[in-house]
Amino acid sequence: MSHYSVWSVLREGLRGQTGWDRAWRDPAPKSEYDVVIIGGGGHGLATAYYLAKNHGITNVAVVEKGWLGGGNTGRNTTIVRSNYVQPVSTQFYEHSVKLWENLSHDLNYNVMFSQRGQLGLFHTPAARDAQAKRVNTMLACGIEAELLNREQVMKMVPHLDYSENARFPILGAILQRRAGTARHDAVAWGFARAADKLGVDILQQTEVTGILREGGRAVGVETSRGTIRAKKVGVAVAGSTGHVMAMAGLERLPIESHKLQAFVSEPLKPLLDCVVSYGAPGSHFYISQSDKGGMVFGGDLDFYNSYAQRGNLPIVQDVAECAMAIMPCLGRVKLLRHWAGIMDMSMDGTHIMSKTPVDNLYMNAGWCYGGFKATPASGWHFADLIANDRPDDLTAAFSLDRFERGYTIDEKGMGPTPKLH
Amino acid sequence: MIRITCPFCGTRDHSEFSYGGDATVDYPPLDASMDEWNAAIYRRSNPRGPHKEYWHHVNGCRAWLIVERNTLTHEVGAVTFAHPGLRKTVENSA
Repeated sequence: MSHYSVWSVLREGLRGQTGWDRAWRDPAPKSEYDVVIIGGGGHGLATAYYLAKNHGITNVAVVEKGWLGGGNTGRNTTIVRSNYVQPVSTQFYEHSVKLWENLSHDLNYNVMFSQRGQLGLFHTPAARDAQAKRVNTMLACGIEAELLNREQVMKMVPHLDYSENARFPILGAILQRRAGTARHDAVAWGFARAADKLGVDILQQTEVTGILREGGRAVGVETSRGTIRAKKVGVAVAGSTGHVMAMAGLERLPIESHKLQAFVSEPLKPLLDCVVSYGAPGSHFYISQSDKGGMVFGGDLDFYNSYAQRGNLPIVQDVAECAMAIMPCLGRVKLLRHWAGIMDMSMDGTHIMSKTPVDNLYMNAGWCYGGFKATPASGWHFADLIANDRPDDLTAAFSLDRFERGYTIDEKGMGPTPKLH
Repeated sequence: MIRITCPFCGTRDHSEFSYGGDATVDYPPLDASMDEWNAAIYRRSNPRGPHKEYWHHVNGCRAWLIVERNTLTHEVGAVTFAHPGLRKTVENSA
């Protein structure tokens, strides 16, 4: 398989683009693997890659029902940041940002990570205090962050609504300069290609229909292409976590599946060179501009349990109102597409990366709004958990039993109401 | 748009309602075991298919309802009042 470089681009330019190989193989399933990962999204593929790269475990299969990155990896607004309030979340996402920073080189695949900065606007003195606290948490964790006043925000993004009668008067913003966006599909494809190169089998169009157990241990999976035995099974299926874990007898988890919509407009000339987000009571909005020029944005969940990957109209209206409240210049922009992904909303708003009551079965779920930005760190730490059969120092906090032990990680202080996280 | 037939107000858009979560969860008595309370507060069956759930007709009659809805197709089935006394009264008067 060829190495991508400026020379390969030049060579193929001269050869009429006839020499490119497949980016990854399409192998038949083997009867047994050391590790089977269920779910061929960013997290599953990243886990397979780091199992091979960090732990030398290359006899690995990633089993995907549809196509790579067809779930939430391809349905998000591609924002990457690490400005959290809970120190353990901040550290986790900061590890992710650090991995993002070198990911294109590491994978030899351009994931188009663009550290264009993220502005989190605030509109009240109380919200300013909360963001100042967030800046302090980040600084205490060794992550740069800045608190901007209104004038500084005006200078950075002059075309927000700064008028006297603005619905949400802008008092300032928290700025993380190293935050940004990445190309969502490229992340799945880059991890797939790099994992495949290290020997991982990627099995698309292969639906898991059952999890094989013997004496309280997971020993493989039943799939639409036959039985595949495995020494260890990792589950990284986002919104379908409950559905898949039920196959292993784990019927009730601290997760509800909700849908979250995202939107993209027709392409515009360069308008916004950073990510802007805000969340005042009753509104939640984040927007950036893709390299193709489309305004990519989103808001709240649809607010009821759902596995339907399509959104409802009241939220379309809400998000449009949020957009108009902060960027009135978008008023005549046409919407190109909108779609929904199934979020695995956990009971405390933080992900679960854990061993399970079934030996050799590991779960990686509950990512709420934060799955895309977590992709590399999720794979890194989940691979470590599977390889060593114990959580590392950082992952221990994200265990499944934290709820019953009383160690929830409730970023927003919302309590056990998944739709509010 | 999901449409819910409120037993008091009739068929309305779901934007009139506020979602209240899984209606199969029963809170145990105060002196119940830690595990029973953990199950009630944190563990959900989260089914892909038929789901019994609470909706509050917050922009209508303000009654709490139990709605049977399919989480995959969004098809709405039976709708009743959540309050057992109210449910009984309506059933008796029908």
